[in-house]
Amino acid sequence: MTPTDPAATTGDTVLEVEDLTVQFPTDEGLVEAVRGVSYELRRGEVLGIVGESGSGKSVTSLAVMGLLPKTARVSGSVRFNGTELLESGDKELSRVRGRGISMVFQDPMTSLNPVYTIGDQIAETILVHNDITKQAARKQAVELLETVHIPNPEQRAKAYPHELSGGMRQRVVIAIAMANQPDVIIADEPTTALDVTVQAQILEALRTAQKETGAAMILITHDLGVIAGQADRVMVMYAGKPVEKGTADEVFYTPRMPYTLGLLGSLPRLDIKTDRLTPIAGSPPSVINMPPGCPFSPRCPLAEDICDQEEPPLEPGSNPEHLAACHFSYRVEGHEPTDLFRPVADDPLPAGATEGEVRE
Amino acid sequence: MPDNINSDVAPVPTKPSGPEKRTRVEREFTVAERSQAQLVIRRFLQHKLAVGSLVVLVLIVLLAFVGGWLWKYDVSELTGDHSQPPSWDHPFGTDAIGHDSFAQVLRGTQISIGIAVLVALFATIVGTIWGAVAGFYRGWVDTILMRIADLVLTLPLLAVAAVLAHNTQGAWWLIAIVIAGLYWAYVSRVARGVVLSLREKEFIEAARALGATDSRIIFRHLVPNALGSVIVNATILVAIAILIETSLSFLGFGVQPPDTSLGLLVSQNQTAVSTRPWLFYFPGLFIILIALTINFIGDGLRDAFDPQQTKVRA
Amino acid sequence: MTETALDVESTTSRTPVLSARDIVKHFPVHGGGILRRRIGDVHAVCGVSFDLYPNETLGLVGESGCGKSTTARVVLNLQPATAGEVSFEGQNLNTLGRKEMRRLRRSMQIVFQDPYASLDPRIPVNEIVAEPLRIHGLYENGGKERVRELLATVGLRPEHGNRFPHEFSGGQRQRIGVARALALEPKVLVLDEPVSALDVSIQAGVLNLLQDLQSELGLSYLFVSHDLSVVRHVADRIAVMYLGRIVELAPAEELFERPAHPYTQALISAIPVPDPRKERTRQRIVITGDVPSPANPPSGCRFRTRCPKFANELSEGERKLCIDEVPELVDRGQGHPSACHYAETAQLL
Repeated sequence: MTPTDPAATTGDTVLEVEDLTVQFPTDEGLVEAVRGVSYELRRGEVLGIVGESGSGKSVTSLAVMGLLPKTARVSGSVRFNGTELLESGDKELSRVRGRGISMVFQDPMTSLNPVYTIGDQIAETILVHNDITKQAARKQAVELLETVHIPNPEQRAKAYPHELSGGMRQRVVIAIAMANQPDVIIADEPTTALDVTVQAQILEALRTAQKETGAAMILITHDLGVIAGQADRVMVMYAGKPVEKGTADEVFYTPRMPYTLGLLGSLPRLDIKTDRLTPIAGSPPSVINMPPGCPFSPRCPLAEDICDQEEPPLEPGSNPEHLAACHFSYRVEGHEPTDLFRPVADDPLPAGATEGEVRE
Repeated sequence: MPDNINSDVAPVPTKPSGPEKRTRVEREFTVAERSQAQLVIRRFLQHKLAVGSLVVLVLIVLLAFVGGWLWKYDVSELTGDHSQPPSWDHPFGTDAIGHDSFAQVLRGTQISIGIAVLVALFATIVGTIWGAVAGFYRGWVDTILMRIADLVLTLPLLAVAAVLAHNTQGAWWLIAIVIAGLYWAYVSRVARGVVLSLREKEFIEAARALGATDSRIIFRHLVPNALGSVIVNATILVAIAILIETSLSFLGFGVQPPDTSLGLLVSQNQTAVSTRPWLFYFPGLFIILIALTINFIGDGLRDAFDPQQTKVRA
Repeated sequence: MTETALDVESTTSRTPVLSARDIVKHFPVHGGGILRRRIGDVHAVCGVSFDLYPNETLGLVGESGCGKSTTARVVLNLQPATAGEVSFEGQNLNTLGRKEMRRLRRSMQIVFQDPYASLDPRIPVNEIVAEPLRIHGLYENGGKERVRELLATVGLRPEHGNRFPHEFSGGQRQRIGVARALALEPKVLVLDEPVSALDVSIQAGVLNLLQDLQSELGLSYLFVSHDLSVVRHVADRIAVMYLGRIVELAPAEELFERPAHPYTQALISAIPVPDPRKERTRQRIVITGDVPSPANPPSGCRFRTRCPKFANELSEGERKLCIDEVPELVDRGQGHPSACHYAETAQLL
């Protein structure tokens, strides 16, 4: 573990991200994938990051891990146990990756090496950061496989990745992620490629991994259901920025941002019979050459002129822990999705569109 | 890993609407209207080497076809200047009996390019349809068609071309057909590969669900979508054809005097390399220039058609 | 297969618009080497039967590899069935010639999952929607107007018809796919995961559109999806599939209130709901392992290898039945048919 001055870390915060921005220069213009993300991750908690494609939720965690391509322009601050990661060299970062922070990706095949047995791969991870014998590492590897509920771990350790099912592979990745008792596990859409019955197993394995290691977890997903069941605190992202932050209960039961409310209203529910969904009109914006103002305003039923001029900051209301980025968050509080959004079927391309342009 | 990033960055390059008078709703994000072809052209234009090559090639073609027509000397004209080195009057010099080498090179370029284009056209059309049909129907149709193509591929190209071309009396278009007759099989393999992957796409299934006939699916959906790879391939084929024609003419099986081609010129003047080098090097230079520029253009086209091109660039 | 099961459904005495009886679809598995001998079969669909009634939505749900998409394609005769019979308004599809089949396609259309792959990228949207009309020789008769009308129907601006698919967002493309499917005024629409590729905020609009179209045009939907929440929202009746077989078939509300098959129960309890308090207190039936390979399915009941009831509740003697005998899809006193020898309703929500 990185030796740090305990006084430097505020309380129990393991990971502190401040005003993180990520930009990619492209032929089409500047892609502002992340536009100022700040959060604190406390020891042992699960932070859920939810957002649609293009919201920057994955890029945020890649930036934290220092895994973005060289073309990316990253600014802001990422402090892990008090150490600034964005200024650290490759050597330093490698030590943090795997040992301090580990990651679980959507596709387990990308993180597993097809030519080594899974037992060897887990043992390898342990050996890199620990001074123990190969034998001991292998033994630990089998134990880890057992922890993530892989049947016959002894035998499975000798299997190659392609001999396992998708769910099994993801468990192996989780085993690798917890191998060095990290402080933070970042799980990026860990169950998106899996069937629901397998998803339930994997979420349980993740929970076990998190409990066993005492790590804090960042769970990135587009699935509000998964977030509801797993996360202690939730951050909703839209167009590269957090637009709402709070405990799971606060965000789900008393959202203060129209986007969050709209998402909840557009979700068909398993537990309740809904007659009509309330979609959010339009599509998420492109993050290339963003205009000023609130990125949600073109789709927002509450938008007024100010929304196009000023991007609202992420601010608390009556509850200091529950933040939202909306000029009119007081008008959202306590409302049902149907109060704000219309249950229409159209995808109305906004009126007054100049000819020769399609609304995206 | 790059996948992860790309998936989170908007897939379609978009531009905001005009920055001036934006009303509330108008702030939505828009895409300028661009057809697939326009996108391809745009990407091609970003490939500097390919664009430069295209300019050079166009200049060569103009020079050969327009310049050859305007030039004061005719190919077969005997100018009375013997074995002159390059000068203002004879930019590429003259040969021993007084032919103007510039006129000859221009004529040779005309013939060589004519053969190459004809080969590319013929081989591409036959090969594409052949491969598309094989790839679309699969099964025994595929087996029969592709075994025939394989058979053609096993023929030693130069030997067959030499034997056949012997009977062509040097007519350039017959030579082109002989070369194409051997090269369409390559194209058919490429086309089949592309069609095999395309036919699994949902829009092909959609067409079938709508009740489209096989020929409609092939000609309306498969062939146009395979066109990108086919065009790239055709460019390369032009370069190959130029070189094949050169080889044949060099060996004496190609274009026959009094007509001429770049290959024939090189062949006729190989003995003059040390004494009158201009006779050998100018046609040689043209062969290299044409083959090289076409290859670069092919590279540029391949990049332009490649959908992966939306990747983030520094 | 089970006449009894179907009788229960047809008590309403309506005539089905589409019927499937004992559909079987096997895909050959070839070995390596030059001869590529057939070494086995993937049993994608094994004896699936259902009826689709006018103006109804039948949901077909299951996890990947359960054969739901294959069933949809066999029903449309896009893939020939290995065995079984599909009939549309009493007409047996298996006996139709190519020409007749092509004509019948006007009545049965499909919307695909991937709005990016299902539209030909080289053809402008107007032409994509016009294509069915052209194929069936209907374009000459005011086809242009009809295309504009269709685009408006699905909530798009007709003026944008001369654009190419890549210029539209995922949700808009899916609407284009719907417009194309509607062009021939079909009676049955097979929807193959129509919203799973779309972002949540966009899904809702497409689902609402599909609902509106159904009530306006009197369409029948075969709605194929892996997402039980979406299916609950749209379907009147739901068939749950597992490894090529229907394991339970019930009216939507009944399926969620009184699921009888252990697999359905596991499926319902595995799906997270966007409600933190409910999630925390929910009783979960977590099933172990993965779906077995359809190339070598278990004998008897195909779910038994993962079945919590089989593993925890049944005695050795009772298990024998699960291993030896394929459970039929019949009502065993739960009010709707299910394919479990020991079916028992549970309350999960």
